[in-house]
Amino acid sequence: MSITAKINPEELARMVEPARVHRRIYTDPEIFELEMSRIFGTAWVYVGHESQIKKPGEYFTARVARKPLVIVRAADGSIRALHNQCAHRGAMVVANDAGCTDEFQCCYHGWTYHLDGRLKAVPLNNGYPEDFDTKNPKTAMVQVPRVESYRGFIFLSLASEGQSFEDFLGYMKTSLDDMVDRAPDGELEVAGGVFKHTYDGNWKLYLENLCDAAHPWYTHRSSIAAAQQQKDDVFSDGTGEIAIRQMRQNGAPYSFWENQVGIWTYANGHSYLGDYHDDSKLVAALNDTTFREYHSAMEAKKGKAETQRIMEVRRWNSNFYPNMSMMSQFQQLRVIHPISVNKTVVHTYCFKLKGAPEQMFRNTISFANVVNGTGSLVLTDDLEIYNRVTLGLSSQGAEWLEIGRGFTTDEPDPHGGRKGKNSTSEVYIRNMFKAWRGYMLGDSDTGAKKQVA
Amino acid sequence: MLDKTKKTPVLPDATLDVRPYETFLIHEARLLDEGFFDDWVALFTEDARYWVPIEAGQADPFETVSLMYDDRRLLETRVRRLSDPRIYSQEPRSRTSRTVTNVTIEPSTGEPGVVVRSKFVLVEYRREDQRLFAGTYIHRLIGEGNAMRIAMKKVELVNCDAPLDGLVVPF
Repeated sequence: MSITAKINPEELARMVEPARVHRRIYTDPEIFELEMSRIFGTAWVYVGHESQIKKPGEYFTARVARKPLVIVRAADGSIRALHNQCAHRGAMVVANDAGCTDEFQCCYHGWTYHLDGRLKAVPLNNGYPEDFDTKNPKTAMVQVPRVESYRGFIFLSLASEGQSFEDFLGYMKTSLDDMVDRAPDGELEVAGGVFKHTYDGNWKLYLENLCDAAHPWYTHRSSIAAAQQQKDDVFSDGTGEIAIRQMRQNGAPYSFWENQVGIWTYANGHSYLGDYHDDSKLVAALNDTTFREYHSAMEAKKGKAETQRIMEVRRWNSNFYPNMSMMSQFQQLRVIHPISVNKTVVHTYCFKLKGAPEQMFRNTISFANVVNGTGSLVLTDDLEIYNRVTLGLSSQGAEWLEIGRGFTTDEPDPHGGRKGKNSTSEVYIRNMFKAWRGYMLGDSDTGAKKQVA
Repeated sequence: MLDKTKKTPVLPDATLDVRPYETFLIHEARLLDEGFFDDWVALFTEDARYWVPIEAGQADPFETVSLMYDDRRLLETRVRRLSDPRIYSQEPRSRTSRTVTNVTIEPSTGEPGVVVRSKFVLVEYRREDQRLFAGTYIHRLIGEGNAMRIAMKKVELVNCDAPLDGLVVPF
C-alpha cells in the first residue's frame, strides 16, 4: 500500500461511526502514520515517573511516537525532555536506558550538552560560517516543548501548543491520586524491573482490551480452569497466591460482571473499570496478615477516616489514552509503544508504596509475573488475541468491526463522563474513538482542540 | 556494563563424572520437547523453585519481576494450563527442540544436592514463525538415578530483557 497517497479527511471521517469502525483503522499504514503525527505527536503522553530521576543529572531514555528522547532532572531541579540527537552529525547521544551524568557528550566528535540540552562545548570550534551559533536553541539537544508532572507522573507533549495538561487529565487524575494515596508515606517509587512484550498487532487493540470485562471467560479459560483445579495443600512459599485468586476470579459468571463491576469513561479517551475488587474479596482479603499490617500503617499515617476513603476507591485498570494504563490496587503501569501499524511493544512497570510492608511489594511482583508478565499464565492469551485480530483482519471478512455493546443503555456520569449501564458495555472503546476523531479530524470536543492544520 | 565483581571461572574438576547429570538433563529436555509436562513437573522436589530471570545477573526473584518464577503450586497450575485444550496461545501448539551441552559440576553452595551448569539452545516453532532462545541452565539436583530430582532450576536467557511475544512453553 502506498503511503505517499494522502488519505482525505472525509474518507477518514467515514471510518468511525458511533457504534462501529472500519477495519482499515487497524491495518492501514497511512492511517498509522497520521496517528503518529496527530495523536502521539500532539497528545499528552506518559513517559516515566519522578522517582526515576530524583537528583540533578539523573536521566532515563524514552520513546514517543517512535522518537528517542532523554528525560532528565536538570541542574535547577526541573524536569526536561530532550530529543536524543546530536546537533552536529545526528548521532543518538545517550545510549544507556538510565544513568546519572554532569553533561551529555556525543560519542562521535565530542560535542557536549548541558543537562537542559543547551550546547556546552564544540571541539575544533573554528572556521564555521558566521551564522553558526552555539547559543542557538536549535543547535542543541532540542527540548520537547511541554513537560508536566502530576504527583510524580511525568507526561509530555511533542507539540508546543494544544490542550492544557490539566484539561487532558480532567477527572481521570483521581486514578493517579488513588495510586499515590495508597502509599502510607504518600510517595511512590518505580521498582522491580520492566517487562517488555511485543505482539504483531495495532497499538489500539491493547488499550481496547484493558477494560474489557467480557473477554476473560473466553480468552482466559485455560488459566481460570487451571487455577480453579489447583490443590492448595501443595508446597507454596506464597508466590502466586494473589495471582491464583485473580485467575479464579476471572472465571466469575456474567452476573458478577454485570452487577458488581462498572465502566466509566471521560473526555480525551480515558476510562476505568471500577468496583471490581473490594479488599475483602481479593486484593488482600481482610484476614491476610500483610494487608492488616498495611491497613494499620495507613491508619497510623492518615487516620481512620482517610484510610477508609482511600480503600473504598476500587479501580481496576485506568486507561490514559493514548499510551498508558495503570492499576493502583497492584501498583502496575503499562506504557504502549506503537512501532508500526501491526507491531506494538508494551513496557510494564511496578511501583513500591512507600511506608507499606515489604511483603506487599513482593505481592506486586508476583502479581506482575503471573498475570501481566511476558511469561505469565494470563497475558500470554491476550497477546494471542492481538495477533489473531491482525490475522483475522488480513482476510477479506467483515468490513466493519462492531463496538456497539451497551450503546443504547450508556448513562451520563456526574463528573462529566459517560458510564456503561454495566461493566460489559463497550462504551470505553466508543469513547476512545471519540477522542481519536478529535485528534485525527478535529471534529470532536474531546481529544484535541482542532489539531489538524 | 561489565560486572567487575564477578569472579573468574575456575577450571572444572576433571575427575568428577558429569554423565549421570548430563543424562538427566537430556531426559528432562526430551520430556519438555515431547510435551510430557506432568512428567516434567514430577522431576521437581515438593519445595522446588523454577526461575527464569528477566535481568542479567538478577539477584533474586522477590524484588524484581521475572519471566517466570514458580513454586510447586504455581508450577502445577502453569502445567495444567498447558494441557487445557482452550489454551489459545498454544493453538496451534509450539514444537520445540532443546540441545543441552557444556555440562559442568559447580562448587557447592552449601545447600543440599549438586549444582550443575549447562548451556542450552532452544528452537521454538509455532504458526509459521521460528524463535531461537539460548542461555545457561543452573540446576540443583538431589538424589541419584531414577530418584534424581530438581530442587532448583534457573534459566538465564541471553535475551532475557528483550521485548518478546508471549512465553508459554517452559524453558
